Amino acid sequence: MFGDYSIGDLGSIFVMQGFAGLILFSVYVLMALGLAIIFGQMGVINMAHGEFMILGAYVTWMTSNFFQSYLPSLFSGYFFLAMILAFLASGALGMLMEWVLIRNLYKRPLDTLLATWGLSLILQQAYRSIFGAREVGVELPQWMLGSLHVSDSIEVPINGVFVMGLTVLITIGVAYIMYRSRWGRQVRAVVQNRIMAGAVGINTAKVDRYTFALGCGIAGVAGSAFTMIGSTGPTSGQLYIVDTFLVVVFGGAASLLGTIASAFSISQTQSTLEFFMSGSMAKVLTLLAVVGILMLRPQGLFALKVRK
Amino acid sequence: MNENRFINRSELIGILVLAVFLVVVLPLCLDVFRLNLVAKYLTYAFVALGLVICWGYGGILSLGQGVFFGLGGYCMAMFLKLEASSVENTKIQSTPGIPDFMDWNQITALPLFWKPFHSLTFAVLAVMLVPGIFAFIIGAAMFKRRVGGTYFAIITQAVAAILTILIVGQQGYTGGINGMTDLRTLKGWDIRPDHAKVVLYFFEVGLLFLCIFIAYFIRRSKLGRILVAMRDQEDRVRFSGYSVANFKIFAFCVAAVFAAIGGGMFALNVGFMSPSFVGIVPSIEMVIYTAVGGRLSILGAVYGTILVNFAKTSLSESFPELWLFGLGGLFIAVVLAFPNGLAGIWGDYVQPRISKLIGARKPKSGWTDNSVADGAPAE
Repeated sequence: MFGDYSIGDLGSIFVMQGFAGLILFSVYVLMALGLAIIFGQMGVINMAHGEFMILGAYVTWMTSNFFQSYLPSLFSGYFFLAMILAFLASGALGMLMEWVLIRNLYKRPLDTLLATWGLSLILQQAYRSIFGAREVGVELPQWMLGSLHVSDSIEVPINGVFVMGLTVLITIGVAYIMYRSRWGRQVRAVVQNRIMAGAVGINTAKVDRYTFALGCGIAGVAGSAFTMIGSTGPTSGQLYIVDTFLVVVFGGAASLLGTIASAFSISQTQSTLEFFMSGSMAKVLTLLAVVGILMLRPQGLFALKVRK
Repeated sequence: MNENRFINRSELIGILVLAVFLVVVLPLCLDVFRLNLVAKYLTYAFVALGLVICWGYGGILSLGQGVFFGLGGYCMAMFLKLEASSVENTKIQSTPGIPDFMDWNQITALPLFWKPFHSLTFAVLAVMLVPGIFAFIIGAAMFKRRVGGTYFAIITQAVAAILTILIVGQQGYTGGINGMTDLRTLKGWDIRPDHAKVVLYFFEVGLLFLCIFIAYFIRRSKLGRILVAMRDQEDRVRFSGYSVANFKIFAFCVAAVFAAIGGGMFALNVGFMSPSFVGIVPSIEMVIYTAVGGRLSILGAVYGTILVNFAKTSLSESFPELWLFGLGGLFIAVVLAFPNGLAGIWGDYVQPRISKLIGARKPKSGWTDNSVADGAPAE
């Protein structure tokens, strides 16, 4: 399998595939961060997570259209505003859903799965009715197109670098919120023992609502970032959901570090395998490996040591 | 309640009502096309029955029942496909005698794992054994290591994704995204004309009642009671000396075999099998049928399946836009307001009134076991 390539070629291939894997890694981390908060911290199975991402993508698409028609001079910077809007839109919808739906189901985690699946069906049809069934693509500003030439045989697309930078920023932000801020401590207290946290004066209902909203908001930003890489349709969200859950579960549900580590290992495995076989077989092998490891180590890579 | 028999009187009446409905009312009221649609719905009822045992009683939510439905369906479809690809039927191909999709994908000889499917006996056994063994492997690997609840649900979902990608990717061996189409005869008996559809329908109803009796038997036996106990207080059952994992594996395997029988009947009734019945979306829809019918009610699962599918067909015919809204809304409503589904509404509201009207003695709740009648199961 290696015979046809020289050492230099192989090196470039691995660098390029490694880089493609890094972009995939960023995508996985962005998708999984929101879910790691909602599923890992709160224990809610949010099957509509993909649809919250798609909401962010549609918000980005609308912002880009708005700038193109009314503010063409500022078009190169629309993306930053779009991401904020995506965060707010998905977060607001998440907050509403928590209030209507999720707060009734904290004691029945498996039922959250069913209810949010119903929610995801409704959202999909809503997108189809509002935006049409066709996939939409966002026009990128000039500076995001093209690629950096690192050497003769190695090229790196700029939008990929941008997504990676964004991922790093958001990850640091989430880590700060969850592990350093006062509010993050409240979240973790509520997760560990809801009744006790309420007894010491934490408004658990409020903490729940904002945690859920934060997770959904990050999903919106992730969806916004995806528009730079691919197009968006009403059912795109469903494509991501299994991968995302696997990333979170593989990493160990309650650990942010685990989420990042598992996203890294899954994405690198997949992109390296993709070079040597068809994309679908690479995906099958990667998923099989993940499921296999999960059978050996059900609590995931980085499990918190908690007595149950 | 008479503990000696596995079905008490009100349950027997329920089964009779369902039998009259399926065997007499529907065939008299519907034309063959609609009857065939009902036959298609009923193939999902097998899956729903399995889910009642595994999810309702055992507390194991599997989001991968499509895997077993699909494996069963594919085993049956492989036999039918081989019969449809006889040398004279496929003489225009570059290699006659192999299924058409293999020919399109430049495969010139029948793959080894296809060869035993020339035999109907083998195929029928495979319909039940392949998914059963597969379920045993997954179940043993997961439950022995005490993976349960949400983690199990997500992993079964991943298995469904893996199998779908595999089937779609390996076009030459499985027919890819189109699946196995153009299935014609069963041992020389044409399965396509109307009278064959009717015969297959009655055969399927018979199988369904067999599965219903098995389900009642499991529920009423000691094994069923251990399952329920395990769902509610797993640790206590474990401390009492029972091997919790083995009971879970059993429930999961039963559900898988039921689903596979449904899949096999699907291939016969509908005349094709494709990966679109294997993946995550159909698997979750199958859970929906069970939830709507009532996850604790064996008969409720059958009614739920028929009702949701009927609604799906009629709504998507007349209001394609509204169908997903309706399904999503129904699902949220069931989860929030009626965790025990239609059977719960029947048992809690309708049946007591009827009993009052006809002045019967205080009803024993016939829709579910007394031990589990007190609301939603703990998870």
